[in-house]
Amino acid sequence: MGELVLSAHPESRELVKAIEAASRTKTSLCYQCGKCSAGCPVVFAMDYTPRQIIRLLQLGLIETALQAKSIWICATCDTCSTRCPRGVDIASIMDALRREALKQGKVVKEVAAFNQAFLNSVKRYGRNHEASLVLEYNARIMKPFKNAEQGPMMMSKGKLKIFPEFIKGRGEVNRIFEKVKAMGGDHE
Amino acid sequence: MRLAYYPGCSLDATAIEYGMSTQKMAKLLDIDLWEIPDWSCCGASSAHQTDHLLAISLPARNLAIAEREGLDVLAPCAACYNRMRATEYEVRASAKTRSQVEEALGMPYQAAHSTISVLELLDARYGLDNLAARVTNPLKGMTPACYYGCLLVRPVAVTGFDDPENPQSMDRIMKTLGASPVDWAFKTECCGAGLGVTQTDICLEMTYQILRNAKEAGADSIVTACPVCHLNLDMRQKAIEKKYQTQFNLPVYYVTELVAIACGAEPPAVGANRHFVEAVSIFQQLPAKAKAMEEAAAQAAKAGKGAAKAKAAKPAGESEEPAADEDAGLALARKLYDDESKAAQLAEILKQEPARAEKLAEMLEQDKSKALKVADALLAKKAKEKSAGEEGNKA
Repeated sequence: MGELVLSAHPESRELVKAIEAASRTKTSLCYQCGKCSAGCPVVFAMDYTPRQIIRLLQLGLIETALQAKSIWICATCDTCSTRCPRGVDIASIMDALRREALKQGKVVKEVAAFNQAFLNSVKRYGRNHEASLVLEYNARIMKPFKNAEQGPMMMSKGKLKIFPEFIKGRGEVNRIFEKVKAMGGDHE
Repeated sequence: MRLAYYPGCSLDATAIEYGMSTQKMAKLLDIDLWEIPDWSCCGASSAHQTDHLLAISLPARNLAIAEREGLDVLAPCAACYNRMRATEYEVRASAKTRSQVEEALGMPYQAAHSTISVLELLDARYGLDNLAARVTNPLKGMTPACYYGCLLVRPVAVTGFDDPENPQSMDRIMKTLGASPVDWAFKTECCGAGLGVTQTDICLEMTYQILRNAKEAGADSIVTACPVCHLNLDMRQKAIEKKYQTQFNLPVYYVTELVAIACGAEPPAVGANRHFVEAVSIFQQLPAKAKAMEEAAAQAAKAGKGAAKAKAAKPAGESEEPAADEDAGLALARKLYDDESKAAQLAEILKQEPARAEKLAEMLEQDKSKALKVADALLAKKAKEKSAGEEGNKA
């Protein structure tokens, strides 16, 4: 009997292995019971359910998984991983898929823009400054007035700082970013 | 008790009342908080969605500073708490990870200490008895829904605190403060916080379900320990009410606000006047609500006694009826047989088959000998069944 071929592309299977290594779990453990998807609080908005994402990886169809909207809709609440009777860490797989998609430039631009704006704020000031974060995010997605109504709401309650606070150790924080990047990190 | 204190970015801004109330609570409970000097952002979900090493190195900078001081860390924000626990977990689990983190930081860090949440602080370290001793204004009459969200209880390997499906620590704390937390289904359901800015509609649907379940369970408020949950439940509540054409009017508190208020703080002193859903007037209404609850409980107890009496009477009533049947069956059997043991046997059969008893009674009125034949047949059949059963048992 010949070799059982699950995927036409050996490189796709290698990529699945890399995703499994990054999330320290095995998709082959999954017996497709669907408990993950039954408990997922955000499955109503997904194109592929968590169970289907795992199935795609089992079949080596990682390209489809990387293009699924689901990986960007996943809220990382970890309900699936907590409940999986086979111990598959589905939430970590979603996280690893997001990072891989980011690497390949296959991203939902809002999510990537938010994450980058957030991290830039941390890099610049050492802490997250929400007003700068929203401004940069809006600039990145080219919607200058998105979330604009919340600014005055926040300000009226004394919950929005107009000016960022610079910490003394921001040089140290910046160094962490540079160092991680030099060590092979993926951030911008 | 002395702890390093990591406020995180939110407690200085959007969750300013969480910061104010944590400090006030610590003062009232004599907990000494040492704010980590020059602390930096933990990177939250943006870092772990972007780069793994960055996601554990950003929290580690703060943890390394606390470690130098030899202290465990209190991180009230559930998102910071979760990232810090994840960092400690990974650094402890792998020497390679540890050396990578130390290289990225340029500082030694061995994760010798632990980060705790406000719930763990009160429930496990400070102790509920000690907390009870400090309560001066019990929150009697309050019926909050304790909302834990995702980050305090999951992943289990990382947080290792309380039950991921039905956690109880916050409920215990609320009971210690005198409140009556409701039983509800969405304690650890995700509010979609991470999607709030980028995919708002999905987040509104998730938060709507949580508010609805709390309201249906009879909650008069929600308690949380997470700034992002609070933002969704409080700031977005009006937008949700509008979108789903409903009214919730559920004030949303940080657990520290209620602890501080129950221990004597004025609501504005802990920032309760900075909420989007009005959150101060409830405290004036509590005494009346407590009284109404007590009266309702007393009435229920009374009704319960009444019900218990009725229940006690009912089985007797029920047993009277079969007893009457039995008597009727036995009377019928005695009319057919003078032999008491035969009569008893027939009565036993008739008890199990009331329809047959009725027919036999009719027959007896018309033709006694026919009725006797039928009764004999019944007894013979029963005897046969019995012996067959015994043989079966023997075999």
